Amino acid sequence: MNLLNTNLLSVITYLPLVGMLLVLVTPANQTRLIKWGSIAFSLIPLGLSIAAWAGYDRTVGGYQYLESMVWFPQINSVYKVGVDGISLPLVVLTCFLTPLAMIFSLNIEHNPKAYFALFFLLQTTVLGVFIALDLILFFLFYEVSLVPMYFLISQWGGANRRYASFKFILYTMFASLGMLLAIQVIGLASKSFDITYLESSLGRPFTGNNQVEFFGWDPTVWKAIAFIAFSIAFALKIPIWPLHTWLPDAHTEAPTGGSMMLAGILLKLGGYGFFRLVMPLFPDVFSQPVLPGLNVFGAPLNYSVLLALLAFLSILFGAFAAWGQTDFKRLVAYSSVNHMGFVALGIASAGLALTPNSTVREIDATIAGSGAVLQMVTHGLSSAAMFALVGVVYERAHTRDLTKYGGLWTIMPIYGAVLIFCAMGSLGLPGLSGFVSEFMVTRGAWSVHTLLTILSMAGLLMTGIYILKAIQKVLHGPLGEEWRHHPLPDMNFSEILGIAPLMGAMLVLGVWPALALNVINVGVQGLLR
Amino acid sequence: MPHETLTTLLWLAPLPPILAFAVIALFTNRYRQTSSTIAVLAMVASLVMSFIVFFNVWQMKDLGKKPIGGQIGWLPTGETVLNIGVAVDPLGATFLFMVPLACTLIFIYSVGYMAADPRYTRFFAYLSLFAGSMMGLVVSDNLLTLFIFWELMGFCSYSLIGFFYQKPSAYKAAVKAFMTTRVGDMLLLLGMVYLYAETGTLNFHAILHSEEVLNKLAATPAVLGLGISAAGLIAILIFGGTVGKSAQWPLHVWLPDAMEGPTPVSAMIHAATMVSAGIFMLLRFFPLLVASGEHGTAFTLVGLIGAFTAFLGATIAVAQYDIKRVLAFSTISQLGFMVAAAGIGAYVAAAFHLLTHAFFKALLFLASGSVIHGVEHGHHHVSHAGHSGHSSHSGQSGHEHDGHGRHDRPNGHDGHDDHGSHDAHAFDPQDMRNMGGLRSRMPITFVTFLIGGLALAGFPFITAGFWSKDEIFADAYYHGLVKGDGLAALVFLVLVVSALLTAFYTMRQIAMTFLGQPRTEAAAHATESVPSMTFPLIVLAVFALFIGFINIPPDFPVFGALVGGGAFWLKNFIASMLLEKPEPLAFNIVPVLFSIGVALGGLALGWFVYVRNPLQAGQTDPVEKLPVFNFLYNRWYWDELYRKIFINPLQAIADNYARVVDKGVIDRILEGGYALGARVTKGFAEFDRVVITGFSDAVGRFFRSLGDWGRELQSGQVQNYLLSGLVMVIAILVFFLFLFQ
Repeated sequence: MNLLNTNLLSVITYLPLVGMLLVLVTPANQTRLIKWGSIAFSLIPLGLSIAAWAGYDRTVGGYQYLESMVWFPQINSVYKVGVDGISLPLVVLTCFLTPLAMIFSLNIEHNPKAYFALFFLLQTTVLGVFIALDLILFFLFYEVSLVPMYFLISQWGGANRRYASFKFILYTMFASLGMLLAIQVIGLASKSFDITYLESSLGRPFTGNNQVEFFGWDPTVWKAIAFIAFSIAFALKIPIWPLHTWLPDAHTEAPTGGSMMLAGILLKLGGYGFFRLVMPLFPDVFSQPVLPGLNVFGAPLNYSVLLALLAFLSILFGAFAAWGQTDFKRLVAYSSVNHMGFVALGIASAGLALTPNSTVREIDATIAGSGAVLQMVTHGLSSAAMFALVGVVYERAHTRDLTKYGGLWTIMPIYGAVLIFCAMGSLGLPGLSGFVSEFMVTRGAWSVHTLLTILSMAGLLMTGIYILKAIQKVLHGPLGEEWRHHPLPDMNFSEILGIAPLMGAMLVLGVWPALALNVINVGVQGLLR
Repeated sequence: MPHETLTTLLWLAPLPPILAFAVIALFTNRYRQTSSTIAVLAMVASLVMSFIVFFNVWQMKDLGKKPIGGQIGWLPTGETVLNIGVAVDPLGATFLFMVPLACTLIFIYSVGYMAADPRYTRFFAYLSLFAGSMMGLVVSDNLLTLFIFWELMGFCSYSLIGFFYQKPSAYKAAVKAFMTTRVGDMLLLLGMVYLYAETGTLNFHAILHSEEVLNKLAATPAVLGLGISAAGLIAILIFGGTVGKSAQWPLHVWLPDAMEGPTPVSAMIHAATMVSAGIFMLLRFFPLLVASGEHGTAFTLVGLIGAFTAFLGATIAVAQYDIKRVLAFSTISQLGFMVAAAGIGAYVAAAFHLLTHAFFKALLFLASGSVIHGVEHGHHHVSHAGHSGHSSHSGQSGHEHDGHGRHDRPNGHDGHDDHGSHDAHAFDPQDMRNMGGLRSRMPITFVTFLIGGLALAGFPFITAGFWSKDEIFADAYYHGLVKGDGLAALVFLVLVVSALLTAFYTMRQIAMTFLGQPRTEAAAHATESVPSMTFPLIVLAVFALFIGFINIPPDFPVFGALVGGGAFWLKNFIASMLLEKPEPLAFNIVPVLFSIGVALGGLALGWFVYVRNPLQAGQTDPVEKLPVFNFLYNRWYWDELYRKIFINPLQAIADNYARVVDKGVIDRILEGGYALGARVTKGFAEFDRVVITGFSDAVGRFFRSLGDWGRELQSGQVQNYLLSGLVMVIAILVFFLFLFQ
């Protein structure tokens, strides 16, 4: 038990690796054991993460459950982990979604042993990103998380999986190159990779004593370069328009469980990166002009406005693209672009408050930032649920073509009710969690980027159209000719078991958002101070 | 009763129907009787709690200044918390009386009306959630929870309008209703965040009963340099929500199509609850309108839109044949009356008309449902007796069994509509041309419909509609023609014309439906509805007659003396909602004469056209001779216009966006970059092979090429590049070796 007291986060993070080893030593023909055993094992990290949640002292805030070990002294890198109010919800979300995504992977027939092993590896790497408080450690986990996802898509994906997985890994790795470079420069400038030190006024890169001049370039130039490099890496992950085109392919081709993890967790790495690194390390860059002399509506175009503009375009074009799809899964995939745009809008608004003497009120920034973190959690729930439900109907009908469904509610009443519930969660129906976060982002962003917030409402309006289109094409209308003679069974027990916790979480957070916000709020406040 | 108890009751009042929804959806959805019983009992529980509250507060003169209620912290926002809570103030109290009463009656009616529907339990589940949401909206003491319940009602109305989801017209109407109201909801959401950003709270009382807050909002210029005050812009944005929910032009188009839902739903959505909620919210924010300036942009906008909508709805209602659609356009028009009243500052009159309208319009909808039910019954009786051969291939079951469940489908056939095999025999039981002479076949329905119709027309003295409409006229006349306010004068004139049309189309509807001789066999064989349906009609009819007596002017000849101390109860009660008590208007005979004149004039006109020469079977309706008939029949072509200028272009963008922009432009650019990068990487690879040996894996090469580049930058620091590459290589190797052997 001592290990749990002193190294809780590491235990949570590396337990899945133990699970992976267990899977690997299990004979390959024991598929039932592998599948249900994996699900059962993944409940342990979930339990521990909830314990971590419960034990997090929100009156104090800041990083807790800290662990620090000498790791790579030659380059001043340490093994340092800890969580605050921003990362903790995402740790819990990861541990929460993993068993559910595994339940929706029960139908994997091709090499389930490898599949579930990769799933555990994926969980460890993602958790590693969320708990890492050292830049090198962060980057390692961040990069390695691509590997299991790559294989999940390329080995168990749909017809176009080779292209999609290649595009996925190439895009993301390419975008990480700049981040890698930026990490190096920061390490040289601040002589440390410790994130808590880098966040402090003493260790902040390119300020105070940490100003460097490579190639004779001004430190502010390096700061801008590092800011842009980080931002591109994370923006691509969120994803923000126009860096989003890998997403519809990867999400659509991934197996159901993989899509759930990809949309539910991996996209959050991008938003989290902004909160953990971009905002605290470059607090004053958000208010700097992108190009001197470039004005928009009479005001200089700064990075915050640029990010908010791209967020608006993500919200708008994500909705348009989703509306135009005839492939159910692609529609859901594009909905992520639409929803994650609100995360970016919240980041852009909160980020502007970080500049010293900013005119942005702290309350506006707190609400926008908290809203963005909550949006990551709620989108994790609703998008995972939607992908799960796409999987349910795909497995039965063997098509994702929306024009081929129709009237399925008549023969699949439970599925119909569940789909409407989850779709409404995705749409942001009040009473379910998506509304709270969208409301908060809108509220926070209103005071900072008023016009772009107003324009974003057009995108939110169209969220309604594509959600209703999906419901209508799948459930409404007369029963499709094909399904009259080839009845589709309703959701089975394990599918209900997998979706019910997601629905419950959406409802609970929608009715009582303080449950999550009590912690998130503390984290965002800590960031903004 | 202590205020704590009342507060507890307020918290509890919306819960029973919401719990009933959960119980029916999760547990009893297979048990029809149990489910409807649970729903009705839950609604009654809600009714009892509401009535206890109402009868404890209805005589409190200063309730508006000190509403009773409680709050809890809901949304942590930095150091502060956004509270939500419940409260009863005078406006809310009147709704606590009207809403649960109307809902309970509609629930009871539905037990009979939906009796044969296969998705009976689902219907009651939705209906319960709907009613619970409306109750929640009424007891909300803040805009946030009001908005939450507002949207939940929107969802329920979407589900109920599309209840017969197999029918394309039904689900299209549902989507249309949801999306059209969502336009308004987005404006409302913006108004809400704006208000919250400016005041730091969303509590009604804290904002709307505080001179300080209102003055500050009025003194702050609006964002984006719009040239009006923040108060004005917030009021306009919030009014946007009303325009959507209460079906005001230009967002009125959803309501007529929403008639696709089962008739009790129409009564619920379009009379007692949802559309009323829009006006309810507008009236809540009336102090903000006042703060934005007596003749400000916001007031003018509200007045003009209301008056225009009142006229628009009334003209279209004249040229409709579907019995429910006449009522739908009538609702749009009457809601316009209320909005227009609010726009000229007639706060009490608007609230008064809102209350009376809820009762008589719910009555009219339910009575029309009874009519449709009866005609359907007659049709099935006839077709079963005379044309049984036609129904032999209808598939699922015989007509006599599921006939009751079909009355809301114009074609009288269920899912089989879409086959087209029955279209030749299509009979529309909602088309008034297929009715006539129902007076003797359905006496209770006739009398109650007549009462509701007369109330709608504003028949003098004995109907509630007269009193509330007269109140609006009195205000408009006073402000417009006595005090010389141009907007009020315009509103007065438009409303007078609209009221004349209202009386006319009401008479037309009564005559075409109930009078004369039956024009079809179905009408000739129609039967009166079951008691569970006629009982609610009778109760509502009583209210449609007498609810007007809650606000009779004390100096009104005869009636003022008749009600004595009860005169202007409503006005005295809800006036404490406002910071400035509205000035009492002296009795003026002119608007009363107008009021009586247009009601009787319109009815008389209808009498001459439709009662003296009843429409015969096959005869063309006289209104078709009007040159504007097609224009009116096609609802001024708003739907076609919106399709052309909004829906089609947006659809075209949506259909092509991903292909043109994502695939065609962005991916092309990135693929070009990739091709270029591949060439460069190849160059690096050649370089690597010469300089460094050892790693030859593709990914390692990828990272190392970077390491070489970085080395120039920072000599000796390549370890971590290598480390990253190594981990990648090892990870990939592990999986290739162990997993894919």
